[in-house]
Amino acid sequence: MKILVCITHVPDTTSRIQFTDNNTKFDKTGVQFVIGPYDDYALARAVELRDQTGGKLTVLNVGEAETDPTLRKALAIGADEAIRINAYPKDSYFVAQQIARVAQEGAYDLILMGRESSDYNGGMVHGMVGEMMGLPSISPVMRLDIEGNTAKLSREIEGGKEELEVSLPLVAGCQEPIAEWKIPNMRGIMSARSKPLTVKEADAYDVHASIVSYALPPAKGAVKLFDKDQMEELVKLLKNEANVL
Amino acid sequence: MTSIGKKQKSLKSDTFEGVDFYQLDELFTEEQKLIRESIRSFVKKEISPYIESWAQESYFPSSIVKIMGDQGIFGPQIPKNYGGGGLDYTAYGLMMQELERGDSGMRSTASVQGSLVMYPIYAFGSEEQKSSLLPRLASGEILGCFGLTEPNHGSNPSGMTTNFKDMGDHYLLNGAKMWISNAPQADLAVVWAKNEEGRIHGLLVERGMEGFSTPETHNKWSLRASCTGELVFDEVKVPKKNLLPGKSGLGAPLMCLDSARFGISWGAVGAAMDCYETAKNYALERIQFGKSIASFQLTQKKLSEMLTEITKSQLLNWRLGKLMEEGKATTAQISMAKRNNVAMALQVAREARQILGGMGITGEYSIMRHMMNLESVVTYEGTHDIHLLILGQEITGISAFS
Ligand SMILES: Cc1cc2nc3c(=O)[nH]c(=O)nc-3n(C[C@H](O)[C@H](O)[C@H](O)COP(=O)(O)OP(=O)(O)OC[C@H]3O[C@@H](n4cnc5c(N)ncnc54)[C@H](O)[C@@H]3O)c2cc1C
Repeated sequence: MKILVCITHVPDTTSRIQFTDNNTKFDKTGVQFVIGPYDDYALARAVELRDQTGGKLTVLNVGEAETDPTLRKALAIGADEAIRINAYPKDSYFVAQQIARVAQEGAYDLILMGRESSDYNGGMVHGMVGEMMGLPSISPVMRLDIEGNTAKLSREIEGGKEELEVSLPLVAGCQEPIAEWKIPNMRGIMSARSKPLTVKEADAYDVHASIVSYALPPAKGAVKLFDKDQMEELVKLLKNEANVL
Repeated sequence: MTSIGKKQKSLKSDTFEGVDFYQLDELFTEEQKLIRESIRSFVKKEISPYIESWAQESYFPSSIVKIMGDQGIFGPQIPKNYGGGGLDYTAYGLMMQELERGDSGMRSTASVQGSLVMYPIYAFGSEEQKSSLLPRLASGEILGCFGLTEPNHGSNPSGMTTNFKDMGDHYLLNGAKMWISNAPQADLAVVWAKNEEGRIHGLLVERGMEGFSTPETHNKWSLRASCTGELVFDEVKVPKKNLLPGKSGLGAPLMCLDSARFGISWGAVGAAMDCYETAKNYALERIQFGKSIASFQLTQKKLSEMLTEITKSQLLNWRLGKLMEEGKATTAQISMAKRNNVAMALQVAREARQILGGMGITGEYSIMRHMMNLESVVTYEGTHDIHLLILGQEITGISAFS
């Protein structure tokens, strides 16, 4: 079986987020980049499926040279080879287009990624890739087993869970508890040294979306405590100040 | 429902991020940084959630040996064909830093297995000893210990009395070792003993050999999650093939200590970082006199001094790693780093504990555990004062040991 896992290169979830250039650029100073947490689940499950079924596991990232260490980490976790599409990931459509092209060329049975990246949280790429390739795309997938040519999966839906059987190939956006995150061990890190990391140039593309400006969410306010006989006051504030009623 | 939140919850008690005031990260390779991050994640997953109860209950979790083996923590600097990691010294140092950030006892287990058991077998062992034992030690299938110290010979190991006689087809070993890390659980002991001419040799003593016992040392206030014990040899018949043929004399065990002390220099910095980060976070949140205690000059002085000392120690370690890799590091240089960094970590732990006030003495925070652990670290692998004498001898050419 051939598996493609698409990973993002995102700021660690504990990073301090700041902007520069009049709030039009994300400030990378001192920021540690990691494999997107949801992509990391997809990768972990892919390593298990590859070990069970044999075959080959490829990781892919659309990004510039700075993402190589993130791909190297994916190789240390267990991927067999890596591909980097050498381009800044301008928007979801662009990324999906690049992935779809590589996925088409490689004829993969399974194309996995996170349900969304943890930087822009668009959650669109898996759907777009499925559409572009004419394949089923399913998200958020919380369980994935392979039997012959069929994938058995369960995914979260509004108010419940859906169990599905889908024939391969397919695209899936994953989340836990599909697998537990894997920590690379020293053997993995050593063997990642000699695994292939291929850089491919991106397809030409018209920009559909561009960033106008960034803003931080409002700072969390202080906690207000109410006595049990102040219910009316509480309701009033929830309505007028917090705007949640 | 966001799933990342759920995962973070289980890590909530350990949010360690590391200390890098002088941008030392620019001096490490991507691979070294990946190794550090991996061990940091390993500690958060396998050690931090449990270490407080292990230490409180004075419990050595023997199952951690296999888990550490799978992670590749044992003998990272031993070549790959013997099951080691084949990594450079800086990577080894970073691993020890992260492990000791979790707990000095856990780091001790790894130091002993890697530097004090695998290293002498690798450096002085026969091909048969190497190929049969190193892969099993690397994977954590078997646990080893290192017996040098004796009840009456600590700082002065050359005076040891443990001895063996050549009986023709085997050696007969007699004597006792004390303060031996891992001893009560070890499957294998690297034992340093004198032959009939008084020359020190290394012998491999296996659990189960008649006359060999490993009583545990109880009631320690330090390294409580690591087990410590004695090695007692009462007419133990040791097969001749169990002698390490490659090197004899006191220089052999001292070479092992160089490698372990290097790891301790890094490990101590890890413990100091954990104390500093805990104290910093606490100081920012704890309100007294209407403001955070971090706003008081005396607290800021403590934090500033801690960060300065940690940074100096990091630089010492980084340079020492390079010297080790180039094969140029001297015993005296390693002594300087071990002595300085452990003393630094103890000082940081004491200051950090004060910042936490009463909270600092509880097991809710790691500081007091680190502080108590470091009391062993400042004593073993050459005491604080013995390292001064090693440096003094280097400076003056005069030995002040005896
Ligand atoms: C938890 C723990 C684990 C250990 N694990 C191991 C192990 O795995 N294997 C092993 O072989 N050993 C191990 N040790 C032993 C350790 O290495 C010794 O404790 C250490 O070398 C000191 O020896 P000692 O305790 O006999 O102290 P002593 O040598 O009696 O020293 C007592 C004091 O006298 C000072 N002193 C001694 N000689 C001089 C001198 N010439 N000039 C000035 N001051 C001097 C010392 O600095 C010290 O302050 C361990 C110890 C501990 C506490």
